[in-house]
Amino acid sequence: MYLVVEQLLNGLQFGLLLFLLAAGLTLVFGIMDFVNLAHGSLYMMGAYFAATFVAWTGSFVLGALLALGATLLLGIALEYVALRHLYGRDHLDQVLATFGLILFFNDAVRLIWGPAGLALPLPTWLTVPVQIIPGVYYPAYRLMIIVVALAVAALLYLVVMRTRVGMLIRAGASNREMIGALGINIKLLFTLVFGLGAALAGLAGLMQAPILTVQIGMGENILILAFVIIVIGGIGSIRGVFMAAIFVGIIDTMGRAFLPDLLRKVLSGAAASTAAPALSSMLIYLLMAIILVLRPEGLFPAAKR
Amino acid sequence: MKKAFWLAGAMALALAQPAMAADSVKIGFVSTFSGPTAVIGNDMRNSFELALDHLGRKIDGKPVEVIYEDDQQKPDVGKQKTEKLVQSDKVDFIVGYIWSNVLLASLKTAVDSKTFLISANAGPSQLAGELCSPYVFSTSWQNDQTPAAMGLYMNQKGVKSVFLIGPNYAAGKDMLAGVKSTFKGEVVGEEYTVWPSQLDFSAELTKARNSKAESIFVFYPGAAGVQFLNQYAQAGIKAQIPLYTAFTIDELSLPLQKDNAIGIPGAQEWVNDLPNAENKKFVEDYRKKYPGLRPTYYGAQAYDAAQLINSAVVAVKGDLTKKDAMKAEMEKANFKSLRGPFKYGNNHIPIQNFYLQDVVKDADGQLSLKTVATIVKDDQDKFHGKCSMK
Repeated sequence: MYLVVEQLLNGLQFGLLLFLLAAGLTLVFGIMDFVNLAHGSLYMMGAYFAATFVAWTGSFVLGALLALGATLLLGIALEYVALRHLYGRDHLDQVLATFGLILFFNDAVRLIWGPAGLALPLPTWLTVPVQIIPGVYYPAYRLMIIVVALAVAALLYLVVMRTRVGMLIRAGASNREMIGALGINIKLLFTLVFGLGAALAGLAGLMQAPILTVQIGMGENILILAFVIIVIGGIGSIRGVFMAAIFVGIIDTMGRAFLPDLLRKVLSGAAASTAAPALSSMLIYLLMAIILVLRPEGLFPAAKR
Repeated sequence: MKKAFWLAGAMALALAQPAMAADSVKIGFVSTFSGPTAVIGNDMRNSFELALDHLGRKIDGKPVEVIYEDDQQKPDVGKQKTEKLVQSDKVDFIVGYIWSNVLLASLKTAVDSKTFLISANAGPSQLAGELCSPYVFSTSWQNDQTPAAMGLYMNQKGVKSVFLIGPNYAAGKDMLAGVKSTFKGEVVGEEYTVWPSQLDFSAELTKARNSKAESIFVFYPGAAGVQFLNQYAQAGIKAQIPLYTAFTIDELSLPLQKDNAIGIPGAQEWVNDLPNAENKKFVEDYRKKYPGLRPTYYGAQAYDAAQLINSAVVAVKGDLTKKDAMKAEMEKANFKSLRGPFKYGNNHIPIQNFYLQDVVKDADGQLSLKTVATIVKDDQDKFHGKCSMK
């Protein structure tokens, strides 16, 4: 029983982390109609900035905040310098250009920080496991990820649903031409949205960094998952992304945790232990395929365009 | 007429030129030079280059040409690069291969063309058994050997039960099988993770803790080893269940693992402090040539590969067509290996010692690896019986 609780928490934590990454992606994709493959690079930059700033300042929290600001600025600069010129273009052009950006960022990182990767050590108060219910210990840092991500989700919800900027963002998602015609400075709005998306990616990167390593190309595998999530959740919908990310996180973790044991009841030991990881990594794509068949719009599509 | 004669002569000479230029030793080197594991490929290349420096950049008086190819840690790419080296570059030797799955995909191309292939790391069980070939040599080990040595050490420590975790690919399966072959206690669980994309091991660690096993064994080479140790320490399991490893802590991962690696034993056939003259020179010159870097076992094995090639070419006095004679010479392992002398088994896999290594702070206050004990002497892999070469 405790095992299930702990694995559920693992799944929730992974899902919330994916939410941070996918939220930025869906904002940019849904509102600006812009396919940004370099989103994973911003995730990587967030992690590299954090590792650098934490080493400089000696404080994890301060370093993380600085890194967040740096990724926000980087996102705004990137939008202003490069991506702004691609809005009117075909999706394929955008894919090509942002793929180029991935290569650019990977090599820039190699030049600046070297090929070996960095470590982002945690302060000691975050490295101890916490007893959440008697008998169940959970890493303090992973708990913090859950808390921070939930707070960000709530904040994002409030901003998008309760503020004027949020109203413009929602309006932009439903009908871009119309809000342009109503005299809203859509360029500024787009720059803002892109910066916000970058900061969210950076946050995901820097939160993930102490668990994984900070290394070149770290954003590429996880970006695929983020795309799966926005397809499942419905493009442009924050609520959809939130639900889909948690689904995907829990399904992925539960699959890894319990599928091998289930399979071992049916198959021989060796065959089961080989097939189980392969099958469990397929589960989320299976989920995506089913949802695409039953609800091509995604689970919680943004308002119709 | 006379002029035409000279011209023809000059042209013939010009045509003959490439044949003379080809009078060099051509070596193809397949390893990973991009992506997160590129640091391993770099270390192998650095060490191979250092070996060539030590040989005076010449083998038996002939210049050496090395063509480095990046396998991107992907079996299909590794196979393509091997084909290119064999078919269009027509190399005399192919060296390298970090990953067992990449080597297995590339093996047939090299063997069919009767090009000597020297694995400087990967040692899948198939290579030692049914896929063994007269043209393939290893300067590393068979995958099962190192974890099997770790299993022996765990018996010595009186460990009663273990939970095994490893990546789901050729080497991962060999490694876990290796521990199981020698460990006398109970194996309470065995988990394979998706390789190389899975980097979060929370689900596996949770299961290991709940299994109430006395110990955990893992095999995670490269950056995955850093991630595993991070998560193992953060989950507080380090204080509860001791960890035993193979190929998880090395000089590349240690600067990132830092204190997380302290007190975690590993087994290895080469450690930087092995007391032989060649090894001292290798470690010193490496650190001089590549400031800030330290050599790893990957590099030591690549260094040995260069020495093995040198021994073969010298034995046939540079006549690279004498493949049988070169093979016979290489089978003698007639060179000064950095790990100390070893013999080849019938399957061209070293019969060698395995050492227990530990993480300590060295004179510079940096974390480094140290030999603690010899776990097993002259260990031969257990697949050599399946090899058709006698």
